[in-house]
Amino acid sequence: MDRRLTKDHVRFRLNSRQVAVRPGPGERLSETLREALDQRDVKIGCNAGDCGACTVLVDGDPVCACLTATAQVEGQVVETLKGLVETEPLTKRLMESFQDLGAAQCGICTPGMMVSAVALLRINSTPSNSDIEDALGGVLCRCTGYRKIIEAVSRAGDGHIRPPVADGGVGSGIRRLDGERKVDGTENFGDDVAPPDALVLQLIRSPHARAGFEFGDLDAFVAEHEGVVAVLTAGDIPGSNRFGVIPDFVDQPVMAETEARFRGEAVAAVIGEPSAMRDFDQDTFPVEWHELPSVTSVTDARAEGAPQLHEDRADNIMCGGFVKTGDAAAALARADVRVEGNFRSGFVEHAYIEPEAGYAICRDGKVEIHACTQAPVMDLEAMEAILGQDRSHIRIVPTAAGGGFGSKLDLSVQPLIALGAIKTGRPVRIAYTRTESMQSTTKRHPSDIHLTIGATRDGRISGFKFDGDFNTGAYASWGPTVSNRVPVHASGPYRIDDYAARSTAIHTNCPPSGAFRGFGVPQSAIAQESLFDELAEKLGMDALEFRILNVLRDNTPTVCGQVFTQGVGIGACLEALRPAWQDEREAVSEFNRQAASEGSALRRGVGVAAGWYGCGNTSLPNPSTIKAGLRGDGTLVLHQGAMDIGQGANTVIAQIFAEAVGVPVHQIELLGGDTDITPDAGKTSASRQTFVSGNAARLSGQSMRRQILQLCNAKDTATLSLEEGRISVTSDEGTHTIDPSRLDRDDEGYVLTSVETWDPPTKPLDENGQGAPYAQFGYAAHLCVVEIDTALGTVVAKKFVAAHDVGRAINPMLVEGQVHGGIAQGLGMALMEEYIPGRTENLHDYLIPTFGDVPPIDTIIIEDPDEHGPYGAKGLGEHVLIPTAPAILNAIHSACGVRIRQVPATPSIVLAALKGKRDD
Amino acid sequence: MGFHSPATLSEALDLLAGSNATVLAGGTDFFPSLKQGAVPETLINIARLDELRGITKVEDVWRIGAAVRWSEIAKAGLPPFFDGLRLAAREVGSVQIQNAGTVGGNLCNASPAADGVPPLLALGASVELATADGTRTLPLERFIRGVRKTDRAEGEIVTAILIPDLPAGTRAHFLKLGSRKYLVISIAMVSTVVRADAAGRIEEARIAIGSCSAVALRIKGLEAAVTGMTLSDLRNNPRIWGEHLNVLHPISDIRGSAGFRADVAGELCRRSIMSCLLMEDAAGG
Repeated sequence: MDRRLTKDHVRFRLNSRQVAVRPGPGERLSETLREALDQRDVKIGCNAGDCGACTVLVDGDPVCACLTATAQVEGQVVETLKGLVETEPLTKRLMESFQDLGAAQCGICTPGMMVSAVALLRINSTPSNSDIEDALGGVLCRCTGYRKIIEAVSRAGDGHIRPPVADGGVGSGIRRLDGERKVDGTENFGDDVAPPDALVLQLIRSPHARAGFEFGDLDAFVAEHEGVVAVLTAGDIPGSNRFGVIPDFVDQPVMAETEARFRGEAVAAVIGEPSAMRDFDQDTFPVEWHELPSVTSVTDARAEGAPQLHEDRADNIMCGGFVKTGDAAAALARADVRVEGNFRSGFVEHAYIEPEAGYAICRDGKVEIHACTQAPVMDLEAMEAILGQDRSHIRIVPTAAGGGFGSKLDLSVQPLIALGAIKTGRPVRIAYTRTESMQSTTKRHPSDIHLTIGATRDGRISGFKFDGDFNTGAYASWGPTVSNRVPVHASGPYRIDDYAARSTAIHTNCPPSGAFRGFGVPQSAIAQESLFDELAEKLGMDALEFRILNVLRDNTPTVCGQVFTQGVGIGACLEALRPAWQDEREAVSEFNRQAASEGSALRRGVGVAAGWYGCGNTSLPNPSTIKAGLRGDGTLVLHQGAMDIGQGANTVIAQIFAEAVGVPVHQIELLGGDTDITPDAGKTSASRQTFVSGNAARLSGQSMRRQILQLCNAKDTATLSLEEGRISVTSDEGTHTIDPSRLDRDDEGYVLTSVETWDPPTKPLDENGQGAPYAQFGYAAHLCVVEIDTALGTVVAKKFVAAHDVGRAINPMLVEGQVHGGIAQGLGMALMEEYIPGRTENLHDYLIPTFGDVPPIDTIIIEDPDEHGPYGAKGLGEHVLIPTAPAILNAIHSACGVRIRQVPATPSIVLAALKGKRDD
Repeated sequence: MGFHSPATLSEALDLLAGSNATVLAGGTDFFPSLKQGAVPETLINIARLDELRGITKVEDVWRIGAAVRWSEIAKAGLPPFFDGLRLAAREVGSVQIQNAGTVGGNLCNASPAADGVPPLLALGASVELATADGTRTLPLERFIRGVRKTDRAEGEIVTAILIPDLPAGTRAHFLKLGSRKYLVISIAMVSTVVRADAAGRIEEARIAIGSCSAVALRIKGLEAAVTGMTLSDLRNNPRIWGEHLNVLHPISDIRGSAGFRADVAGELCRRSIMSCLLMEDAAGG
């Protein structure tokens, strides 16, 4: 041991080495491990013990490193995932089983999961599912829905590891190609890549929903604070202080100029040395706030005389959407039965476990931005405007994204760190705190929907009138998209000849509502699918058969007048639920009979709901470009620009490409979405990557294959193999061997390249929303069994059966992963999640599902191929949560006879409904 | 200034005397409430003080060291009347929190939703505090004085929780209601300690409710009302709590309305007492 160690040093064993550090008083072990000891496999998700991502073992016991003072582990043994990978054989088994089962999606929670699992398996090699849930229950996951993790830990315990699937073509459920680094702690997320000399940036944010502000002497502030290097305000922005994602609605400032329009909006940034920023007290920043009257609900925002958020948007109305076909009023008037209702939902937070993070650096005449994102090229375009610089001076290097779900489509940290790096000439980093991530980034739109639906006695829909107000928050973000999508989708996947749907996006002094898995469709599906149940009940029809009777089929028009002659798989999804619908209802009746006779307060119910979602942009161009190259050494390189945010694009796009080329997927080298080397594969949004980028990958692969075959004039039926730098082309005419090293190389070292673009064919919508908004839809139907404690109002989901028409499952394991994760998020929205500014700004007041909240899920994959999809594939990412919440609400009604029309259906709300009174 | 890990309690108390130091144990409440840039100048780590560790019984009193962690309680071999405390231990946050958080810290943090308080109230616990000058003991009811307020004076450290032994056959239980399975801050929680005679009639019941008032409360009226009752009396009286819960003052917050809390607290009491009566050997023990 080093003799120069002082009493200020803290000594402990970290994995297999002895370390000595000098932490500040009260420095968290998580910070010491990451910053002083380069142990960046320890992830920080909340800094409050709410997420468990930072779990390490101290003397064998799992603890949150963020709740442990470094000085407290003096003399103890600290183990992290990276260390366990080296020393603990159980970890190897977990690494295998996690990959085999898709138990790691984005991977940000995986170190916490694996470390907790090691602690469990050390004392219990055959844990039950409930043992696993108890042991891992302190770690949150937002991607997987937990079931695959439970199975992976169980399998690692019993040692039943299956051999990896070999070929990896379309249709095979291979492991994620980027899976190993997700499970061994080496994946680099937004906060894992900053160089040691990076300055740290912190933001000064509005404490009020609306406030004017004035700065004091900022130069004096910098001068007086040792270690503070610079302050940024709106005045430091060389280009336009506006960003946004929809061209006509670019309205959000990087930092507010004179007035903050929501709580948490940034007005200034302080940049300093890490040690200074660690101790920086934000109260010392010279800003004076003047709180102003604000509007935080749609009702307030529409009231006469309400404060206006944007001068050019009268009555706080940002925009609206409208779809009309037939005559809804007349059809409702002649309907034999009618149902109507008001439905409400609140803000929903994405709650990915990785807060926004990254760093920027000025290098080689460019500003490089290394950060987590869902849309690197959109980031690039927005940064051009903000910096007033051509894109040749900007480089976006995406890190792994620890979840996104829509919110990482928008800029967050990117302009701030870039401005900081330009101003200081040094690398500048930031990781949002959990609270600022929740305060400042986009949310799911709160909705206030009025819906009336009629039906004739024969069970056919007769008239559908939908009116929805959506709280779009302070800035536009993806609000216009939500407005457009909702009227197109509010019918659900049903034939409705007489239809009118209007949506309105209304500004409030709340965080911007933006993109969140489903873009408003989950909210409208709650209203439509709940009322479909009521209609069926009024008609005396079976709820599932009523849906099947009205469902869209091939050759029936959607409410936009779009007719698909093929690939409408919703009928098959609903029909696939029939056996479970029968069995589960029988089981539930028996359960309820038994419970009633025993005097138990428990009741069970079964509900179904369906959903659809148009893949890609609504009636707008939406191209993806995929580039590939063959190196002189025979390596086939795929420039994979479709951001993998956990869903598996790195694997799926590569599988499609490999299939098209005709080589095993594991022989392909992947490059990421770095904008200097990879063309634009569009944003990871709107369930478009498998569909749109997948098609570009297919074309790129086919082009590469053609070029290779042309080298030896081989027929298209020839088989290719890549071995030891040579390509063998075998056909009935014999085998040719190509030596790529003998071919000419371009500037990038490629002897062959294939760059292909695909854009889904759509047509514009007219003033009544008639047209062809999407080239394909995907379809889904969920069945849910719930158990309600009628004395306490608690609702527990017991089982899901989920049928999804994915056209063609490129990777069935990843399909299941999406289904599980979507259901978990839909369940959260239905039962527990509501973001309230100022009140639920952390992960212990804002509740997302934990282990034990997500029940077993049977996934039924329907493959009704789509003519436009690559190998028939359809998008899936959004579809997976659209039917979940209404299926749960319908199951609650089935269990106890109450209709819940607002989410989340917390115990308080459910019990009040059971007692037939309004919740006070 | 700085971080201190004293080797003995008396060293810790000497450091604390007259200083503005903050006492740190498990850290599970300290770190989440830490404001950016506002780390206390002096921290005294008591998590590993021997005097604050271990669970012992001296004559008729059980002594739980203040720095005993919740996971140690969950695993400890204790008589059945500790079952309520052990169930609560398993519901404190998560395994990670239970491996760090201490019983003493839970009390000092004085959250209305502290999981440890209802079971300790039902057990009739007292709190032992030490200063450099000596120790004092006071009932838990008097130690916690309000939301985030305790009777702990400057210079004092909570050293132990003292629990009088209870007759064999006494059973205990704990129920916590939240909106999800793990990492739950309770909407309401109940702990009960019950002893029944050979015929299954309740001889003594202690009932404490948390999260339904500023400080968790014993419900003496309901305790008296259920005395003499049997399992079937409880089964047949769905609203056994009657007016006895009027002593609670629940608030409406994001987790649930006041009315909801009042409704469910009573039902949790009824179920918790019934659970005690249903435990093996509960009657006539």
